[in-house]
Amino acid sequence: MFRFVTGCFMVATFCALSIATVRASEVNVYSYRQPYLIEPMLEKFTDETGIKVNVLFAGKGLVDKMVQEGDSSPVDVLLTVDIGRLSDAVNQEVSQSFSSSVVNANIPSQYRDPDGHWVGLTARARVVYASIDRVAQDEITYEELAGPKWAGRLCTRSGQNAYNLALFASLIAHHGEAETIEWLKGVKANMARTPQGNDRGQVKGIFSGECDISIGNTYYMAKMRTNDKEPEQKDWAASAKIIMPNADGRGTHMNLSGAVLAKHAPNQDNGIKLIEFLTEDIAQEMYAETNHEYPLKEGVGISDMVASFGDLNADTLDLITIANNRVVASEMVDLVGYDE
Amino acid sequence: MKALIKNVDIKELLESLGALFIAAIIAIPILTIFYMALSSEKNIWPHLSSTVLPGYIITTLIVLFGVGLITLVIGIGLAWIVTVYNFPFRRILEWLCLIPLAMPTYIIAYTYGEIFDYPGFLQSSLRFIFGWQSYKDYWFPDIYSNGGVIFVMSFVLYPYVYLTSRAAFLRQSISLIEVSSTLGYSLTSSFFRIALPMARPAIIIGLILVMMESMNEFAAFEYYGVNTLSVGVYVTWLEKNNLSGAAQIAIFMLIFVFLLMIIERKLRNKRSFVQKNNNTLAINRVQLVGLRAYIISMICFLPILIGFIFPSIVLLDFIIQRYYEIDIIKYLQLVLNSIYLSSFAAFLTLVISIYLINVSISSNNFIIKLSIGVSRLGYALPGVVLALGIIIPVITVDNFLKGLIGDVFGISMGLIISGTAIGVLYAYIVRFLTIAYGTIESGFSALNPDLGAASRVLGRSRIQTLLGIQLPIIKPALIAAVLLVFVDSMKELPATLLLRPFNFDTLATHVYTYASLSSLEDAALPAMTIVAVGIIPIIFINRVLMRSIGS
Repeated sequence: MFRFVTGCFMVATFCALSIATVRASEVNVYSYRQPYLIEPMLEKFTDETGIKVNVLFAGKGLVDKMVQEGDSSPVDVLLTVDIGRLSDAVNQEVSQSFSSSVVNANIPSQYRDPDGHWVGLTARARVVYASIDRVAQDEITYEELAGPKWAGRLCTRSGQNAYNLALFASLIAHHGEAETIEWLKGVKANMARTPQGNDRGQVKGIFSGECDISIGNTYYMAKMRTNDKEPEQKDWAASAKIIMPNADGRGTHMNLSGAVLAKHAPNQDNGIKLIEFLTEDIAQEMYAETNHEYPLKEGVGISDMVASFGDLNADTLDLITIANNRVVASEMVDLVGYDE
Repeated sequence: MKALIKNVDIKELLESLGALFIAAIIAIPILTIFYMALSSEKNIWPHLSSTVLPGYIITTLIVLFGVGLITLVIGIGLAWIVTVYNFPFRRILEWLCLIPLAMPTYIIAYTYGEIFDYPGFLQSSLRFIFGWQSYKDYWFPDIYSNGGVIFVMSFVLYPYVYLTSRAAFLRQSISLIEVSSTLGYSLTSSFFRIALPMARPAIIIGLILVMMESMNEFAAFEYYGVNTLSVGVYVTWLEKNNLSGAAQIAIFMLIFVFLLMIIERKLRNKRSFVQKNNNTLAINRVQLVGLRAYIISMICFLPILIGFIFPSIVLLDFIIQRYYEIDIIKYLQLVLNSIYLSSFAAFLTLVISIYLINVSISSNNFIIKLSIGVSRLGYALPGVVLALGIIIPVITVDNFLKGLIGDVFGISMGLIISGTAIGVLYAYIVRFLTIAYGTIESGFSALNPDLGAASRVLGRSRIQTLLGIQLPIIKPALIAAVLLVFVDSMKELPATLLLRPFNFDTLATHVYTYASLSSLEDAALPAMTIVAVGIIPIIFINRVLMRSIGS
């Protein structure tokens, strides 16, 4: 019995300690972005403002967590890697509208929610990776990827991946559902292997000769080409080139990474400060130079590496449309057995 | 007199309520899953069942069958060899065969990804030796496949079959086998005609443990792109934001694991009847000599090599190559977090188990029996399903507490359970209570019941008897319980991943995060730490086993 009482006592202390850590001058972040990609910016933010940043990183499920936490959610800012999650946050009513003159001055209006629920921070192009040795052409369209020319030569990551879903959603917007299903079937039929791994894994597949062509985000390639920590990734990246799809037509599919101010943010002011900070020159330059993304603030340039990929002709399709087509895209992926 | 009877009744009532309370805590996640599955706002069942669900089920069955078959062959084979033959290094190999248990399935999966992958050591060497240029110049098995996952999981799970079948061979069959050999049977035919059939219940228990572990696995499947039911739950929940769909898939898993659990319980009860015959004879092992003896030693060494040594070399190699990049402060923080959670879990499951045993000694009424039965179900819950079943009740309680505290004290609190590591702790208790309880109970049932009675007659109360006499005697069982829960909590991944609070990573979640970013090398030290800690209970358990079997 004595032990039982001690046990209860210890649990109580445990609670007390844990709650005590929730202090005033801080901001709580849920992040879909990988920790090492945002830590430098967050450290800079703490240096400049003295506000401590607490982060929970997870690849999936953060919006859902916010829904369940309801009005006692501790989170102030949600950082996402794609438009789908931004609009999820709005649809699930865990975001709040805010207006900031700093944000409005820094980020062009097409990259902000008209109702002020989310802010884009960077853009990323979903491009084609192609083998330098085995793919001669330097122009391509997404539509072509379903053609017989690529039979047994194509690799992608899971069709349910957020970046792929956004791309499929954009095709639904341009061509309609029926045509997109046919396209997905064609792409599936061209697969050299079951969809697996992340975007880097596809480049590795090109390096190994398993596939000739794939789809991925620009910054993965840039990160691999500059990877001094794992020099073998430089070899992989050297085997592939980037082709900007649909460059002469409607343009390359773009996705956004962005931020949402949580509906029940306990540290609302700090949350807004953090989002503002991420739109300022210093953070935007870090996004461009260290992460090789396309900064959204005008006047901040892209990295030399990204510039070497060629000029970007961005598809101007409305981001909200893409977000809205995601559920249908996800069902189509199951329907054609994309991941099987 | 009347007052006394009333007192006793009240005491029993309180104890029954206590046990019931514990059962309720364990049952909440299971009930939640059923509730969520039945209360879906939009019916996605037709979509699930017509598209992905059959695939999830078939893949799960393929993996279970494959892992089951390989673990049976390796586990029984090794157990038989070390029981009936004597060969060089037998004594050490006999316990080294258990060591792959220390290797979590997800870690072996990650390391074999490194070994077997195209740029990995194996294929690079082959290309270098044979002058091949690319993937198309040769055939090499794809590790990221059903077969790959079956292979890697089998080599860390076979010890379950090995343990139970070795114990069975040692305890039951040896004298019979000796008799059969005097009657002219060869060892091989004794094996098939006598040893194997007699050991069947024990072997099946080992096999069921293997299958339960396979059902619980998640990270290895995700990493290898093998879409089993646990991956299905995860994807449906977190990628499609569909809680009730995830719960519906989870129910398939629950039905399956409960079925396994029932078979296991039935067999265990049967086995205890056989086990009463405890007079172990000295075994006259067949002495192997010459080359054949060394070949047998090599064969026994092979599973250890594949299941433990190769993956450890991969990790150690990463650590040595990049020792200068290791962030010691961060690493220590991870270690502390893991120890913190695991020791809490071990302590709490110990206390709860002792309480349940104490209650069941005093009064074994229907409610208590039922409560204990329910409390032991938690182990059946795969980690992903457990997290799914915990998250909603926990947040409901949190919001209730927040409202209550806000009303009464006028202060606004954060989330007490989900905002802290208590949710994770809850998951550990639900899942690992059976391990602690089972271990302690088996220690208890070995005690002479007269001991307790004598102590009571001599005037000690029941609690005094328990704490002062019975528990000290079964100290090895208590230590085993604490160790097992500690290590299992440390290895646990899916529930920790899904329930942890801000800024809170354990060794396991850190390894998962970096492995899924394809940079296992940045998490090699934490991974190796989990493995190293996992060795401790294996050494301890082996010593206890050896003593009890007396081989």
